[in-house]
Amino acid sequence: MIDFSTPKPIEKQMVALKTVAENMMRPVSRYFDEHEHEVPWDYINFMHMAMRQTGAGSLAPKEKKSADEKKKYPPIGYQSLAFMLEMLSWGDVGMYLVTPGGGLGAAAVEAAGTPEQKAKFLARFKGEKPTFAAMAMTEPHCGSDTSAIRTTAVLDPETNEWVLNGEKIFVTAGHKALELSEGFVVVWATIDPSARHAGMRPFVVEAGTPGVKVTKLEHKMGIRASDTAAIVLQDARVPYDHILGSPEVIKEKTTKGFKGAMATFDATRPLVAATGVGVARAALELLKEMLAEQGVEIRYGLPRNKLTAIEREIIDMEAMLRSAWLLVIKAVWMADNRKHNPLEASMSKLRAGDVVTKITQRAVELMGPLGYSRQYLLEKWFRDAKITDIYEGTGQINRLVVARNVLGYRGSQLR
Amino acid sequence: MYAFEPSEEQQMLIDVVKRFAENDIRPVARDAEEGDDYSPDLIEKGWELGILQASVPEEYGGFGDYSALTGVLAMEELAWGDMAAAMAVMTPSLFALPILLAGNEDQKQSYLPPLVEAEWQPYTAALIEPHFDFDPGDLRTTAVMEGDAYVINGEKIYVPFAEGAEAFLVYANLDGQTQGFIVPAELEGITVGERSKLLGINALPNYTVTFKDVRIPAGNRLGGSEGHDFAPVITSARLGMAAIGLGVARAAFEYSRDYAKEREVFGVKVAQKQAIAFMLAEMATEIEAIRLLTWEAAWMVDNGHPDAFKQAYLAHTSAMDMAMMVTDRAVQILGGHGYIREYPVEMWMRNGRGIANLLGMAMI
Ligand SMILES: Cc1cc2nc3c(=O)[nH]c(=O)nc-3n(C[C@H](O)[C@H](O)[C@H](O)COP(=O)(O)OP(=O)(O)OC[C@H]3O[C@@H](n4cnc5c(N)ncnc54)[C@H](O)[C@@H]3O)c2cc1C
Repeated sequence: MIDFSTPKPIEKQMVALKTVAENMMRPVSRYFDEHEHEVPWDYINFMHMAMRQTGAGSLAPKEKKSADEKKKYPPIGYQSLAFMLEMLSWGDVGMYLVTPGGGLGAAAVEAAGTPEQKAKFLARFKGEKPTFAAMAMTEPHCGSDTSAIRTTAVLDPETNEWVLNGEKIFVTAGHKALELSEGFVVVWATIDPSARHAGMRPFVVEAGTPGVKVTKLEHKMGIRASDTAAIVLQDARVPYDHILGSPEVIKEKTTKGFKGAMATFDATRPLVAATGVGVARAALELLKEMLAEQGVEIRYGLPRNKLTAIEREIIDMEAMLRSAWLLVIKAVWMADNRKHNPLEASMSKLRAGDVVTKITQRAVELMGPLGYSRQYLLEKWFRDAKITDIYEGTGQINRLVVARNVLGYRGSQLR
Repeated sequence: MYAFEPSEEQQMLIDVVKRFAENDIRPVARDAEEGDDYSPDLIEKGWELGILQASVPEEYGGFGDYSALTGVLAMEELAWGDMAAAMAVMTPSLFALPILLAGNEDQKQSYLPPLVEAEWQPYTAALIEPHFDFDPGDLRTTAVMEGDAYVINGEKIYVPFAEGAEAFLVYANLDGQTQGFIVPAELEGITVGERSKLLGINALPNYTVTFKDVRIPAGNRLGGSEGHDFAPVITSARLGMAAIGLGVARAAFEYSRDYAKEREVFGVKVAQKQAIAFMLAEMATEIEAIRLLTWEAAWMVDNGHPDAFKQAYLAHTSAMDMAMMVTDRAVQILGGHGYIREYPVEMWMRNGRGIANLLGMAMI
């Protein structure tokens, strides 16, 4: 069956989320843009409470459903998350990124952890206080080329602990995970630098671990409500079972560890794409409103060569945005239904990266002098949207993934 | 609930159309384009796949309910074989679908069964007019009520199979609105002109047709005396063209991808060069994006969604860019060989341009 109807539970959830976006985010959107590194606690506390009550959107583990129930309700967890992220990012993507509940860190545990690890590490998000997690792959000398990471993990046979050394940068929510809550950072390190991909493993490093320090908070072009941290690990010790995955995988020198990271991306790339779509939708809606106030009407149905330049732009943007969103939905629908989706995940991410930057850039352009003013959020969304094409795999990296998939190439055949 | 897999029935249709496109259309497509046309046998074989018939209810001679989505799925496969072949096989739809979607009961009863139940017959439609700002919603061909008849005047181009046609569905401007009129070919005042030579789809015989004071009984107005809403008709045309765009683009993408994996440059395969691989990645992404947009629009039509008209417009608008971008790049990926008529990609590039210009020549 081909069906484009939004599942009812998601529709319901969207009503509440829109209220949050409109009332908790938009009114303070500009404030936190202009007060970088201040923390939007009101939003954070509210979201924490709301998610504790409903369980909606939290990445914390859910009770297993009986087989019977599963049949009645096809899985929509990732779909529901995509809708949620899109709407919150429509509100303010920087603030969305500091939503408690685990973010990319919890996603990594979900994707690569054993059931015991999931139970152990994810329970904290249901606790009293808002709690954060982060994922640290990028290092000062390497971002896209993840296999080049230099952070090392060495097993101390006497204590059976892993000893981590290295420096991580650009860690989203790293400060909140390590210093503003009892959270954790999933740190990617190598147990064998010569093995490249095969040596890579994810380690859970909890707040309060001696030897772990947040050394810097970046100042950014956009998404300023979101903290981007540099973290230094100096002889940081974590227990043996903080290495994510089953023991065989841990011992074998295979690329399974690396594949674990990639599996995380299959789940998170469409979600990041969804956040970009939210920002672009905000910009496009405001643009249309401002134009409508000036009496500009969009005449859908006219041949292109009879449209005004503005109409043509708006129509193109609407089509781009909608198709980007549909790619997101297809990718998360596949994730929900346990279909292998690296191709679709990267397609959604690369297209979102393209179209949301284009849309926000054009929105600023089309509003003339007004578009450039900080009186409106258009210029902010222009800055916020750009990150979509950079993190979670740049546009180029996602093109590589798509190209390898359609060509049937391994990494070594197309770098 | 979202779902992205064709139903079993739809998949069966896709499979048979695909086989036909691959085994019957592809081997003769180039010769057809270069002057041979498609044989009546091939067109009949395509007709018998039952794409239109599956969309017409039993009471009117078909064996299914109208589904824009099923039509889109089938049309992509057919056009993957060849755009002109797809249009030729489906030409009778140009006459039948508007009657199904906008005709009154009388018109459905009298026109559909003899068309749908029989072999392929040249029933066709005349919409496009010869001026650069042609707009289906603002036609220059006019219909004027005179006594108990409508009188039609105007010039139409790109009318498929006009020569020897049984009947035309002619679109004309009636008091500022586009309305369809069922016009038997033998009426006085109809002149079928020269066959047009085009940038592409030259295997589709198409003609200029002029209507000079052609008098049509009032009952032949599509929808009867009240007329009809033009939106479902043009929506069906937009989805038809968008689906063809998907088929043409996919053909070009697949061919250039396979070529790039074979051809060597500077010691590696062409496809191993990022400049080429990234183009292929973008082509694949673009096709998938516009396919989803088109599917959603068709799904909206089938579910009576209020945004169906707009969404189909967006789908067609972006399909024209997608088809041009993908086919252009396919030629680029083959380099000089892409420019040579021994290879199919230049033909697909010429055809791909038509997604923008030929609205109204295919419907689903
Ligand atoms: C605000 C923000 C938040 C972030 N959050 C996180 C986080 O939470 N956790 C985390 O681990 N990282 C995070 N990152 C890091 C981000 O993922 C990287 O910046 C990104 O992957 C690119 O890496 P790089 O900056 O080192 O660029 P480089 O890898 O140096 O790339 C430079 C340029 O080369 C291109 N390029 C690289 N390789 C290829 C190739 N093979 N073929 C063609 N072109 C190529 C890139 O696309 C880019 O254009 C964040 C970054 C920012 C800015």
